[in-house]
Amino acid sequence: MLDALKKNDADAAPVTGGSPPPPDDIIIELRNVHKSFGDHEVLRGISLSVKKGTSAVVLGGSGSGKSVLIRHIVGLLKPDQGEVWVKGQRVDLLDGNELDRVRLSIGYLFQGGALFDSMNVEDNMRFYLDRHTDLSKAEKQERIERAAEDVNLSQTLKQFPAELSGGQKKRIGLARAVILEPEIILYDEPTTGLDPVSVRVVSDLIVRLRDERGISSVAITHDLLAASIISDDVHFLYEGRFIASGSLDEIRETKNPVLEEFFYGTEEYGA
Amino acid sequence: MEPPRITDPAPQSEPNSSFAERTRQARKARANERILREKSLGERTIERIRHSQSVLYAILDQAGRLFGFIGEFFKRAWRKPFEFKELLNQMDEVGSKSFLRVSVCGLAIGIVLAMQSRGTLARFGAEAFLPSMLALSVFKEIGPVITGLVLAGRLGAGFAAEIGSMKVTEQIDAMEAAALKPFHYLVVTRVLACIIMFPLMTMLVDVIALSGGFMESNLSAGMDWQVFIDTAFSSMRFVDITVDTLKTSIFGFIVGIVACFLGYTVRGGTREVGQAAMQAVVLSSLFILIADVIIVRISLLIFGDISGG
Repeated sequence: MLDALKKNDADAAPVTGGSPPPPDDIIIELRNVHKSFGDHEVLRGISLSVKKGTSAVVLGGSGSGKSVLIRHIVGLLKPDQGEVWVKGQRVDLLDGNELDRVRLSIGYLFQGGALFDSMNVEDNMRFYLDRHTDLSKAEKQERIERAAEDVNLSQTLKQFPAELSGGQKKRIGLARAVILEPEIILYDEPTTGLDPVSVRVVSDLIVRLRDERGISSVAITHDLLAASIISDDVHFLYEGRFIASGSLDEIRETKNPVLEEFFYGTEEYGA
Repeated sequence: MEPPRITDPAPQSEPNSSFAERTRQARKARANERILREKSLGERTIERIRHSQSVLYAILDQAGRLFGFIGEFFKRAWRKPFEFKELLNQMDEVGSKSFLRVSVCGLAIGIVLAMQSRGTLARFGAEAFLPSMLALSVFKEIGPVITGLVLAGRLGAGFAAEIGSMKVTEQIDAMEAAALKPFHYLVVTRVLACIIMFPLMTMLVDVIALSGGFMESNLSAGMDWQVFIDTAFSSMRFVDITVDTLKTSIFGFIVGIVACFLGYTVRGGTREVGQAAMQAVVLSSLFILIADVIIVRISLLIFGDISGG
């Protein structure tokens, strides 16, 4: 099914809504995205470009709109205003099978892992492969075992999500996100709540996915250790707007009271 | 010695004023209090009206979204992917896992109905009609409605809680993001399973309830099985059995769609999931009873009653 959808993808004309698409080396682009829930405006004109094969990190405090931002990239939310481009297509204009075609090239690691409770770890991954690939049973098994090995959790394949720790759930969630070999991965707080060793394991894996498989990614986090390991570009989100963009060191040195509070720990952000 | 503390520094009236003066002041104070009370009563009434309005809007909004959800079901049920494996899982959940519960229920109903009716029928010398009355009651009304209500209790709460907890833990979003079509996988399969399995479970309840009635008749009056069956079905038409059994498909649709809707649209956390489960049972039971009245009225208009009228 995945192959069939990819073939259709190649045949179909890209949906652009009449706007000029971003350059070929830009895999994700958000243009002036606004989003409100009731009276609360969460995103106030966000613009973001992610180059192929790079990792962008969005930093920001709790409730700053980070999760809302990446939900737009996979089409789980539609912007009130603005454009969301993924692989040269306007995701905000897509629906049904056209949207599914784009989604198949995106892996998504949810904050709590979002593993399916009724299935064990192995079936959580097999579910994706059964629905979207024509691989043989042996090939599927091999891919599942490799993904579990990548996150150092081969021994958990027969366990159910309720038997895993929070950190293990997150790592299995990551293994599941890469099982269809996507071109893009979105990470929602990939290392929050993990111990320092697990933070390094997950962060190194994200870097390896980028370097070895050329996977582009957007990660949202407030974990500075993880951000320092995985980021090529960093964007700081505050009250629905990016107030700084650049490398992590550049942002750290920016003279801005909000950034200073975030990096050096004060009343608003804690340490 | 420390002087006593004065807690009320402003007494209502001067202690040395006349009795008439004090009465006049007390009357004035009571009148003022009444005015204040009446004002607050008016305010409370306005508040109640506003609250009723907002509750009405919320109910209309929820009803509108439910109809939208039903429309979505009919739109997607015919489209790929067809989740046959999950449909079989859900049929198993609705059917075999509810088997014991509905069987016990059917047996108890049959026995109790026979025990309760025997005395009354005997008073009119109509004891011989007991199997016939039992079959009519069970096949036409008690079997379908009790099956619907029992399954609404078990499945309504189960579906709403399961789907609701998947919603709040982002599992449905994870399916959506991976193009796994959660509506097909979670909603279409469950609703179809209910539509298919409710009539089968009703037939089971009918047969077990009738067997319970026979057991009671055999033990109390030594009634023969052949006589019991012949009498039971003597005044029954085929259309009575089919229409009243198949109406439970509509009950199944109601339970499935209401429970899935409430689970699928949960917002918040575990508290809201619990509320959705409770609402699923209450609403689907209520809708089953309302639907039953409508279906019986329509079937009487189309097929008439057992006397052929």
